[in-house]
Order: sequence, then structure tokens, then C-alpha cells
Amino acid sequence: MNAIILSAIFGIVMMLSSAFVKNTKAYKSIALVGLIIILLANICETYSHSWLNIPTYDMLAFDRFGLYFNTLAIACTILFSAFSQREIERVGRYVGEYFALIFFVLCGIFILSAFNNLLMLFIGIEIMSIPLYILTGARKENLKSNEASLKYFLMGSFSTGILLMGIALVYGGTGDFALTHHVEQINTSIAGAVNQRMSFLDVAGMILILTGMCFKVSAAPFHFWAPDIYDGSPSVFSSFMATIVKAGAFIAFIRLFALRENETTILQNALIGVDWKMLFSIIIVATLLFGNITAIFQQSVKRMLAYSSIAQAGFMLFALLSLNDTAKEGLLLYVVAYSVATIGLFGILAKMKDYTLAGYNGMAKSHPTLAFANAIFLLSLSGIPLSIGFFAKYYMLMAVIQTGGYMWVAIVGIIFAVISVFYYFRVIWSMYFKEGTVELKYPATKGFKILAVILALIIILLGTFPQIILNFLYF
Amino acid sequence: MIVLLILIPVVAGIISFFVKSGKAARTLALGASLLTFLAALVLVITAKGTVTLDKEWLPQIGSNFSLSMDGMAKMLCLLNAVALPLILSSTIRERYSNKGNFFGLLLLTQAGMMGVFLAADVLLFYFFWELALIPIYFLCSQYGGEKKIQAIFKFFIYTFLGSLFLLIGIIYLYLKTPDQSFALSSFYHLHLTATEQNIGFWLFFLAFAIKMPVFPLHTWQPDAYEQAPSAGTMILSAVMVKMGIYATIRYVLPIFPEAVHTFNHIIIIFAVVGLLYASLIAIRQDDLKRLIAYSSIAHIGLMCAAVFSLQEIGLEGVMIQMFNHGINVLGLWIVASAIEQQTGTRKLSEMGGLATKAPVLAILFMIMTLANVSLPLTNSFIGEFLMFNGLFRYNIWAGAFACVSIILVAIYSLWAMQKMFYGEVSEFTKNAVEAPKNTQYALVVITIVIIVLGVYPAPLLDLTKDTVQAVMHLK
Repeated sequence: MNAIILSAIFGIVMMLSSAFVKNTKAYKSIALVGLIIILLANICETYSHSWLNIPTYDMLAFDRFGLYFNTLAIACTILFSAFSQREIERVGRYVGEYFALIFFVLCGIFILSAFNNLLMLFIGIEIMSIPLYILTGARKENLKSNEASLKYFLMGSFSTGILLMGIALVYGGTGDFALTHHVEQINTSIAGAVNQRMSFLDVAGMILILTGMCFKVSAAPFHFWAPDIYDGSPSVFSSFMATIVKAGAFIAFIRLFALRENETTILQNALIGVDWKMLFSIIIVATLLFGNITAIFQQSVKRMLAYSSIAQAGFMLFALLSLNDTAKEGLLLYVVAYSVATIGLFGILAKMKDYTLAGYNGMAKSHPTLAFANAIFLLSLSGIPLSIGFFAKYYMLMAVIQTGGYMWVAIVGIIFAVISVFYYFRVIWSMYFKEGTVELKYPATKGFKILAVILALIIILLGTFPQIILNFLYF
Repeated sequence: MIVLLILIPVVAGIISFFVKSGKAARTLALGASLLTFLAALVLVITAKGTVTLDKEWLPQIGSNFSLSMDGMAKMLCLLNAVALPLILSSTIRERYSNKGNFFGLLLLTQAGMMGVFLAADVLLFYFFWELALIPIYFLCSQYGGEKKIQAIFKFFIYTFLGSLFLLIGIIYLYLKTPDQSFALSSFYHLHLTATEQNIGFWLFFLAFAIKMPVFPLHTWQPDAYEQAPSAGTMILSAVMVKMGIYATIRYVLPIFPEAVHTFNHIIIIFAVVGLLYASLIAIRQDDLKRLIAYSSIAHIGLMCAAVFSLQEIGLEGVMIQMFNHGINVLGLWIVASAIEQQTGTRKLSEMGGLATKAPVLAILFMIMTLANVSLPLTNSFIGEFLMFNGLFRYNIWAGAFACVSIILVAIYSLWAMQKMFYGEVSEFTKNAVEAPKNTQYALVVITIVIIVLGVYPAPLLDLTKDTVQAVMHLK
């Protein structure tokens, strides 16, 4: 609760300060302070010191997993805003408002990590999405940015509509918005469901909810929006959308399924008798296929990262296929691994003049520090040991193999992991093995370089001791 | 003490990246490699039995940083430690841009391979298995020949695909261990059904077969050896391909004994076919580097066949041949790169009459060639003799076909010798002089090793006896 309320408050504070504070340099400091306060408040809540309690009548349920996810999301946002603050300032004139919108997005993510009622899912998704539509179009004079914004808005609201329709159908079928039922209730409801030969409304509603969620996490076949929108919006905000926002959507997705043993969710009740694991396997394979194969053919690194984010979403979906403890831990690791690396890559990309692969030629000579950091980020995304990306993939594969019977998904997964190496390494080729000079549109300051190296070192440190992250989930 | 073998090259390698002056980097690399050699020598001579080290690393998933050094590991560590000073001293005059980077990558490769030979924890083994690959990839792609990027990437993709299958295999077996541990000993005590053994066997062996490489997975090797810089080729063929044989003996034979008995016929057929095929191709090669590459494939094919003959005597032969082949092929590469430097070509048809220009080089190459042919009194004779003996005991036809390769080896080796060193002096060879002193010293050291171990191979046999016994009796 702390985080939800504080992020809303800070969103308003940022909005007001953009009206009253004239010094543009001050915004990022206010925002950073705000983020740190939210982080601390959230950590306090994790250790049961919650002081902003509002009765939610069971519509929100705060558990360790969701709260810890919040902590990681805020930490990633702090890294993001520290690394890309200058780029945020360069997007346009309304810097304070951009930060305000980021706070509102965070507020939506915090609701998504705690919803216990399908209505709250809808509200969370909306709170998260609407600021993003604005951020996508932040570069008002740029036609591409406008186009992306409109596209995102139309597609996003359409998919939210589908989600809402699904929720309505489920309500019609079950008469309840509540997400979880306790064991005693299920037994009767299972019996009831089986007797009724599965309510048609339930199944139809669930399929619509799944469709809406697949859209939000850009899983195939609902992934077509992602590349255009990531490509069109300002690089800083693509970075934010592709990482923290996507992670938020994933956490909402996994919450639709029961994560505790004696509970089952309305979704699972509705899907009794449906081979939904097979359905997920098909979605995973399709996502991996479209994301990876299309990424190979991209000449622009920014577009390649957009497709790579689809491909990585395919790996994160492994968690939804397996739904066990390993999958839970793995999803957290994956979120961190993928976010840190992608934030780093986009942060450096935003400084570049030329977004194509050729623009990276010879980076190792002209900017060795940035090239080194980039190389580590790319190695992490391809899942090479000693980077956190390896453990992320390891946990996902482990989770799937543990499930049993889905070994083939794991094998398809690794084949696509090998394919992904190809396009990640093409950037490394350009940087290290090709001649050329890299021109930066904006100079890389010393602080920026240090931050890039710190991000790279975080990846290596967590890649050696992934327990640093996972320990906090339990202790 | 044992951890020093990994620690010295890692630390020296990292420092080397920051050394600006080429001379200082060279001294550092040479000093560090000699220090590692000294440490390995002291360990091999003084340590009785198996040396172990066990530190906690990832307790939650049951993986420890545990190293163990039995006879086979001692021998291969010694080979690894001996190879690097020889490589460095023979290639030290070659001109590279950014020497610190070059030597750093070379040292990190050595560290990774040390880890592979020492690891007694399967996840740790996987870590090092991949870590040995990354620096050599960067090394060869930055400093190699014209088509280096494609050729080395082919090598990388092949091995990476193999290692991901290995990862799946490791996870698959890990989930079957009763105490959920990655320790090698708990993998040894697994009780697997026949199907589980078959699945695990192929998942593991595929990775190792690619690394060796066994026909028909060998296609990366000639390209990679041709395009890599000479130091890279040397480390690849002298030490890195031994990782495949080593891992087969360490993991495949003890963990999947029944599957090995099921499939060893197929593998021996492939290995023997590969042995003859590579020897025949080698006869037709006009490029000295490709000739040595195919010759190396042939030798490895024989070792692989001998491993799967499952005879004690054959395994003893493999053990000493791993060391001796490493030494011999190193000698061949050193001579080959010296010749290339002198004449500016690698084409056998363009050379001739080198013996009159560089008699010392001719004598040294003669010794390397004879060792490659496994003439009695050279080190590889006893190894090959034992391996053929093992193969004959397994099946007389397999042995007979494998023996044909002895003739083929003699044909292409002596033919190459004849074309290069005798006959008319060509325009490429007319300006050739003796190889520089440092190369000669390195070759003299190798010659001494060849002759001493050829006359008195008992130390190597004694050293590895414990591993052979352990592997044969586990079954």
C-alpha cells in the first residue's frame, strides 16, 4: 500500500513542481528523491511496517512476492532514471511531466503486483497504460513519435477492451470478480463446474483475458504493435516500456494463476478441462519464433532490441507454463537480468547518432568503456555464464523441465537462444571487429561512463552470485 | 594451492587489459604463465592422490565451488600450463595491435580451461566450459585472418548449441539427484532407467562431440584453425579440443554406463569413419594449416574410438595420447607459423627447398612430423599403440580399419615435408632464413619432451592410473 499511495502522491508532486519550479535541472533530483522514498517505504512494507493502510476489502492482496517485485521494479527505475536522466531532459520541454507520468506508470505496476480482484487488474492496466500513450508521443514535433503514440493508443485501448469484455463474461459466469478462492470453496466450485460441463461464459471470458494479457506482454500472435512503437517513441521511453512496464505486465499475468498451494484462481477454475499448458506452449514457441527470426533481419539496433524484447518475453512466458517456485524465482531474476541489460543498451543507444548496426562500427576503438559495457549487456541477453542472463535462462529451463512433459519446449527454447546469439553478436562484431568511427550525438560524460560500467558490473556480480537477489525473497 | 591454477591467469588476464604498453603486457603474460606452470608442476609432483577444494557457492541450488585434481586432471592441467609459455614464447614477435588485450584474452582462456579440468561440480564445470569459449572467441575474431568473423562465429555457434544441450542434460539429471545437488559424486550415484540414460547420454555427448570434434560435427574446425591467429589456433588444438575427450571420460562414461554400452558401436563407427575421412582429406590439402587441422581431427577420432572401446588398455592410451598430441600439435603449429612468417604463404605447392635455406627448421619439423606419424621412440607411439590395442580387443575390424590411418598419416605428413623442404627453391622460399631464436627454443623444448616421453612414458601412465582404474571400475 505504501508504494501505491506514495507513487501517486509523487506523481502529483512532480506535476505541480513542473508548474512552479522553473529550474529544469531540479526535476530529476526531486524524482530521484521520490523514487528512493518509495523504495524505502516499500522495503519497510516488505518487513511489515506499513503505515499507509487503507481498507481494500480484499481487492488488493500484498504478499512477499509482489512486494519484492515492487522493490526490484523501483530499483530498476532508479537505475533507469539515473542512467538516462539527460536523455529524458532532451526529449522535450515538459521534463517534470515526464517524470510525473513515470510515477503514475509505477503506481499502475504496484497495483498489478497486488491485485486480488479482476476489476483491480483492469484499473491497474489502465493506470499503467495511459501515461505510456502520452510518453510515446512525447516528441510532439516528430511525426514518427506521434504515429507510434496513436498506434499504441488505438491498439492498447482495443486490447484493454478485450480484457474488460473477458472480465465481464467471467463475472457473468461466476458472479464474482474475486481472483482467488480458498481450497474449500474450489472443491465445490470444481464439482459445480464439472457438473455444468464448464460454463461457456467462463471459458470465453478466460480466452479474452488471456488475449488481452498476451497483448500487454507482447506475446505472439499479439506482438505486432511492439516494434513500431518501440521504434517510434523516444529511445528513453522505449527503454522504460520494454523493461519495467513489460515486467509489470508479466507480474499481472502470473498473478492470474495461483502461486500458493492451497489456493486456486478464478482463471484456473475456468480453465479446468482445457489444455491450457499446451496453449501456452504454442504461444511460447510462436513468440520465440517471431521475435528471434525477425530480429535477425533488422539493420537498426533499436528495432532489433524491440524484436529482442519480444523474444525475451517468450522466455519469460516459460514461468507461466511451469508455475512453480523455480518459475517464480526465475521470473524475478529474468526481470532484473533483462531490464538492466536493456536499460543499458537503450541508454547508450540514445546517445548515438546512427541507430543502425553500421553506426556501431569501431566502437571498441573510439569508446572502449561504452563498448565493453554494451558487450556485457549483449552477452547477458544471450545468456552467457557469469552474467545474470545465464541464471535467468537457467531458472526458466529448470522450471520447465521440472514441470515434466514439456522438455520439448525447453529444447525449442535453447534452439532459439542459439539463434538469438546471432543478432546480439552482430552488434559485438560491429563494435569490436569492424573498422569505423562512432559519432555520438550527445557526449558521454564521465558519470555516464561510470554508470555504464556499474551496470555491467552489477550484471557480472549477480551472474556470479544470483542468490543476492533471491535471498531477499525469503529473508 | 589448487585454486592458484585458476586464480593466477584470471588476475593476470584482468590486469593485462589495463596495461597500455605492449612490452609490459608481454612480460606480465609470460611471467604469469610461467608461474602457473610452476604451480602446476609443484602440485603434480608433490601431491599424492586427489587434491580437492570445496567452498560454498550457491547453497540454495546445491552447487559448490568444488575443485578436484585426480590423475587425468593433473595431466591436463600440466599440459595447459606448459602450453601457454610455449605459445607465448614462440609467437612473441608477432605484431598485434593492443597487446594487453590479446594477452589478457589468452590468459582468461587458459583460466577457463583450467576450471574445466578441475571442476568437481557439474554446474561449475558448465560455467568454465562456456567461459573458456568467450575469450577465445574474442581473441580469434579480433586478430585472425580475412574471413575470421564468419569462421570463428561458426565455431562459436556450434559449441554454444552443444553446450546448451549439455545444460538441458545437466538440469535433467540434477532434478533426478536425490539430494538436489550438482556435486559430481551425486551425479555418479544416480540410478537412471535405460531411457533416462539414453536421453542424458545424447544431451551430454553432443556437446563433447562438437568440441572434440567427431565426424560429422567437425566442419567448424578447419575453418576456425585456418582463420584464427596462430596463438589462438595453438591453444584451440593443443588444449581446448582435449576438453571434449576429457569430459567424455569424466562425465559420459561413469554417468551413463548402460547407454555407453548401447551406443558405443555407433560412435566408434563414426569415429573410425571420421579418422579415415579426415586422413584422406588431409592428403589432398594444399594449405598447411588446413592439413594440420585435418590431421588433428584424425587423431582425435582415434582417441574417441579408443575411449568408447571401453578397454582399460585403450583408455590408458587415450590418457597419454591426450598429453602427447597436445605437445606434438603445438610443435607442428609453431613450425607452421614460423614457415608462414618466413615465406609469406601457407600453400604447399608454392614452397620447396626450404631445407637448404633453413636446415634447423627442417630438422625440427622432421621431428614433429615423425612424432605426428607416431614413429617408435617418439612420444605418441606408445599412446597410439595402446589405443590400437584397445580397439583390436573391442573388435578386430574396427582396429583394422583404424590401422589404415597409420599409413595415411605417413603419406600426408611425409608428402608435406617433401613438398616444403625439398625440391626446387620457389620464389616464396628464396628469401627464407632460419626461424627466430625464441621459436627455436620453444621447439627444442618440445623436441626434448617428445623424445623423453617416447623413451620413458611411465610417468604419464602412473600419473593417470588412478583415473583409468576409477572409470573402469565404476561400471
